[in-house]
Amino acid sequence: MTDQIIAPAQTGSIENAIAHLKARFGEAVKDDERDGFGGIVVDRAQLLEVARTMRDELGFDYLSSATAVDYLGISDHMEMVYHAYRTTGGSSLVFKAQTARENASVPSLIDVWPGADFQEREAYDLYGIQFPGHPNMKRILMWDGFEGHPLRKDWHEAYYEEDTKPFDSRWPKGYVRRAEELNVFGKNVKYPDDLDLGRLSDNSEASLYSGMGLGVDVAPFEESGIKTDKLVVNLGPHHPSTHGVFRMVVTLDGETVVQLEPVMGYLHRNHEQIGERNAWLHNMPFTDRLDYISSMSNNLGYAMAVEQLMAQGARYVAPSYRAEVIRVLMVELTRIVNHFWAIGFLLNDLGAFFTPALYAIAEREKILDFFEATAGSRMMCNYMRFQGVAKDLPERIRSTANLVNDRVRDFNTMDYLTELINESLPRAIDELDRFLTDSEIIRARTIGVGYLPPEMAIAYSTAGPVLRASGVAYDVRRAEPYSIYPELDFDVAVRYNGDIYDRYLIRFDEMRESVRILKQILPRLEKTQGESIFTGNKAIYMPRVPVGESYGRVENPKGELGFYCVSEGDPKGPQNPWRYHVRAPSFINLTALGAMCKGHKVADVVAILGSIDIVLGETDR
Amino acid sequence: MYGMGIFKGLGVTIKHFIAGYVDDIKYAGRKYMPGVDNFEARQGLNPHGSYTVQYPEEKIAVPERFRFIPFLVVNDEDHPSAPNDDWCTSCGICAKVCPPQCIWIVRGEDPVTKRPVPQPEAFFIDIDICMNCGYCAEFCPFDAIKMDHDYELASYDRTSYHIHDKDRLSKPFSHWMKIAPTTANEEAADRGGWEHIDVIKARKKAGEQPVPYTPANTGAEVMDMIRQTEQPKA
Repeated sequence: MTDQIIAPAQTGSIENAIAHLKARFGEAVKDDERDGFGGIVVDRAQLLEVARTMRDELGFDYLSSATAVDYLGISDHMEMVYHAYRTTGGSSLVFKAQTARENASVPSLIDVWPGADFQEREAYDLYGIQFPGHPNMKRILMWDGFEGHPLRKDWHEAYYEEDTKPFDSRWPKGYVRRAEELNVFGKNVKYPDDLDLGRLSDNSEASLYSGMGLGVDVAPFEESGIKTDKLVVNLGPHHPSTHGVFRMVVTLDGETVVQLEPVMGYLHRNHEQIGERNAWLHNMPFTDRLDYISSMSNNLGYAMAVEQLMAQGARYVAPSYRAEVIRVLMVELTRIVNHFWAIGFLLNDLGAFFTPALYAIAEREKILDFFEATAGSRMMCNYMRFQGVAKDLPERIRSTANLVNDRVRDFNTMDYLTELINESLPRAIDELDRFLTDSEIIRARTIGVGYLPPEMAIAYSTAGPVLRASGVAYDVRRAEPYSIYPELDFDVAVRYNGDIYDRYLIRFDEMRESVRILKQILPRLEKTQGESIFTGNKAIYMPRVPVGESYGRVENPKGELGFYCVSEGDPKGPQNPWRYHVRAPSFINLTALGAMCKGHKVADVVAILGSIDIVLGETDR
Repeated sequence: MYGMGIFKGLGVTIKHFIAGYVDDIKYAGRKYMPGVDNFEARQGLNPHGSYTVQYPEEKIAVPERFRFIPFLVVNDEDHPSAPNDDWCTSCGICAKVCPPQCIWIVRGEDPVTKRPVPQPEAFFIDIDICMNCGYCAEFCPFDAIKMDHDYELASYDRTSYHIHDKDRLSKPFSHWMKIAPTTANEEAADRGGWEHIDVIKARKKAGEQPVPYTPANTGAEVMDMIRQTEQPKA
């Protein structure tokens, strides 16, 4: 009944919120009635209004993820999928806007949630959806002059073999052929028809530089009495301070930053399309390569997303308690590893070259030794499986000599972990704290620099330590708990100044909270010894995943990592994800970089970037 | 006092600096000499000072589960009834479960009857593509493909050295026993004997007793057990 009036509620349930939207917008808001799908489908003509209502009246102030799906061959339309949350906690309001594949266009939500900025540019770049209202609609991961939109289902890459793995040529008649023999160098790239290759290097970035307020001619301008020119400087892509291949185009007035724009995509490998070619299980080791410092938590995020889908089908058994305990153990150790690196590298960026970084990662070695003995690899762990983990903890962390001059080590695993968690990790954290926190140089360089107010931190969809250092106590482990976090006793670390120093301090807080969690994990490990770690069928290498969508998100060390998966489950053939999207915290946290750097000196830009703690494997995907 | 924070921090640096030398004095310059067993002091749970391992003169041995490029398990040369036989049955699961699809298998065919035989005719792994995920070993139902520990694979020319064929990939079962004794024991216990699962099944079917599983430490011990029950080929 439309005459029913629903009071606007900032804290009501998702159902109430949807009912409110339906009452307000009538036909423009419909339930998504496809099997296995949830949320609402919004008429794109009214999308902006609906979004504004969600934010202002219903309290969904945080846009976590915005991504596109191409349903070519199923219903032949494109769809933008948004996940909005309340920073007070709770689950998501999923809303979608559909558009035709030809001349695809969806209104930009950048006015409602500025955090949509990069994500809409990504959707434009990879899917070719236009976003009227977006002030800076250009490619973000691919380069100017790239032909096509690589995530569209009808786009084929240079060394294209087949739509889905496993490839037939591998078995049973699989003589090895190198891809480059089939597709010679030079023919592995396509350009738009109207592109003049001779001029590509001249004008390829004209739009970027003109966006910086400058054309080819530099206009003198007068400020503070001195006649100066603005200067455009490229920081990166090849520079140690950028933590990889990342570029910042900076307009400078003297040494002061007037405008900054991040340029990325140098490490883009179309991870999401690789993921859609892969079968479900194939993707697990690929997630290791996203944020390669914290591969264990990437594994967990993906496993959770797929488990959500599998749970809709029959014959699904949730992971056992021991599996969840081991998962949390791994993830919290990963958080400590990551924050040690983050602090060490922040000090690198401040000019203390590598002494603090090396002290910071000394303890990391022991954690990696443990990962290596358990999962088989130090960084590319590939440890989680759907419905459990790959292997139980080994009884002993023991090496076997088989190369010349091997030095063998042998520890009892539980003793090793107990010593690590109770003694060496807290000691190393305290020592690093003593080493750095009171240093006058660090305080002078970081306090009050790169300030990000809480309302901006939320609006820009920043996540993790960046969000919490600005005074927003939002942590997925508490806001929408998963695994065994509800029964664990820990606090969400929060700091209120929102500058580099607080983003540095909050990483110490989080490491200490992680140690607190790990201390509670140890007795649980003892108690569950010998219990099953995997509830699925070990022999199934192509798990059946029912039709539907899911969004699995975890609190990664760098922020909220989300996996949006769509299964269109072909019951006959091998099963591959129809859509596999990674909501990468490093990528979205960069949205706020420009605003944080404005007005600071160029040397501070490096420190501000370091305090966000990005990793390019995840940013570029 | 202004500047105290810096001095406090430098104190930590000096502590680290000195700790390394204290250890040097203790071993009087023999710290890295072979035969001096202070590896525990440097790489144990509570080391002090330098963490350095003098690669390539010395190496940290890798744990059992360490995974690098896969290898194919074959019977040892001195196996009584089937020396050098492949464990692989060319079922193709490893090629299907391989995420980057770096495994190519040609299924063996009987030259006369043209029916498939449970042996691969050819087996290739492009180690440039392999991502060392370990799925092939994890999902192989015959324990026939395993992850190796040899990570020193640098070569001058990728085109001729980086595609491993069946000869290059094949390693005897005793190699698996050497690099991963615990795992090999667990797997043998699961199979119910030290032989290939098909051999165990065939013997059971024929009413014979398969080599029972008893824990072993080396490949030689396993071979001794097999020799006790199996007769050499006539």
